Amino acid sequence: MPQFDITSFLPQLIWLGITFVVLYLLMWRVALPRITDVLETRSERIASDLDKAAELKAQADSVLTEYEAALAEARTRAKATLAEVTAAAAAAADARNVEVTDRLNKEAEAAAQRIAEAKTQAMAEVRDVAVELAQASVVKLIGREVAADQVAGAVDTAMKEAS
Amino acid sequence: MAAGDSPMLQFEVKPLVELKLGGLDASLTNSGAWMIAAVIAITLFLTLGVRSRSMVPGRWQSMAEMAYEFIADMLKETVGAQGRKYFPFVFSLFMFILVCNLFGMLPYSFTVTSHIAVTGALALMVFVIVTAVALATHGLHFLSFFVPKGVPLPMLFLVVPIEVLSYFMRPISHSVRLFANMTAGHTMLKVFGGFVVQMGVFGVLPFILIVALTGLEIAIAGLQAYVFTILTCLYINDAVHLEH
Repeated sequence: MPQFDITSFLPQLIWLGITFVVLYLLMWRVALPRITDVLETRSERIASDLDKAAELKAQADSVLTEYEAALAEARTRAKATLAEVTAAAAAAADARNVEVTDRLNKEAEAAAQRIAEAKTQAMAEVRDVAVELAQASVVKLIGREVAADQVAGAVDTAMKEAS
Repeated sequence: MAAGDSPMLQFEVKPLVELKLGGLDASLTNSGAWMIAAVIAITLFLTLGVRSRSMVPGRWQSMAEMAYEFIADMLKETVGAQGRKYFPFVFSLFMFILVCNLFGMLPYSFTVTSHIAVTGALALMVFVIVTAVALATHGLHFLSFFVPKGVPLPMLFLVVPIEVLSYFMRPISHSVRLFANMTAGHTMLKVFGGFVVQMGVFGVLPFILIVALTGLEIAIAGLQAYVFTILTCLYINDAVHLEH
């Protein structure tokens, strides 16, 4: 086997030494730092992107909270306005109600008074007619006139009894 | 089978440029050339891959990042946070073995990692570094690593020599595993490749087999690089934490 040819060992070992040391130095000083740099830059970039995303999310959250607060406030205000308007409308309706009731009552009273007056007047007229009628009837029955006062008294008595 | 068709011929180390370094043979061989090719390929793969420094990586950049994160995660899982300083070393080791293994799958290429000299040197380097780390971190307390807790005293006379022996066997198993896998795989491919030529029309049968075996060998190339690296991580963990 050529592998056990001792004379070939020395040139192999010398060149192995040279090439491996050169490779080690190239890796250590040139190639690996570059890759490290690329990987670190990337991981830093990713971390900063994640940070930025978290920041933006926080911003969006705060905007959402603000929006919700504004919405809640607007809703409260609308409710208050609605209650106010409802109360005012109810008060106005009550006032109008009272006014109308008062007027109607007054009108009813006035009407009752007029009816009472008309009744009194009618009763007086009925009495006068009854008196005249009674006077006339007496003349016809007994042929002589009776004093008006007497007739009136009798009519009043009769009317009182009738009523 | 003629000598030129030997399945072992592919493992021959041939000098391309004759060099002498203080009387020592430092010739640039086919092995050395493929090592240089691997270093260049790894460096270009990684540096050109992340050249655009894209936030959203393309395919190439993804592969470079994946290789990085694969080893970084392996080291973190086995050793923990203290493993970070060994990352360039472990990463270089993994990429070197992986690319040398994969380059070995190219036709007419040479498999650097099919030589015990190379795998042995790599394993010995790991062994020396790990032992140095253990001694630097724990001093002489490192020797307690060979004395498992909860073992009765009489048993220790048996257990401690076994522990010491197994510790020193580490570089051997570590290197032979990679060397044997690579050598056996490539030899097998070559042998079946020879059958294809010899069997004429019926050569289609070993040909089908060789296609499947090539897929298997590519998987083994990755797997053995992984195994070598994860064992290195485990040894580093032992050295850092002194635990079994």
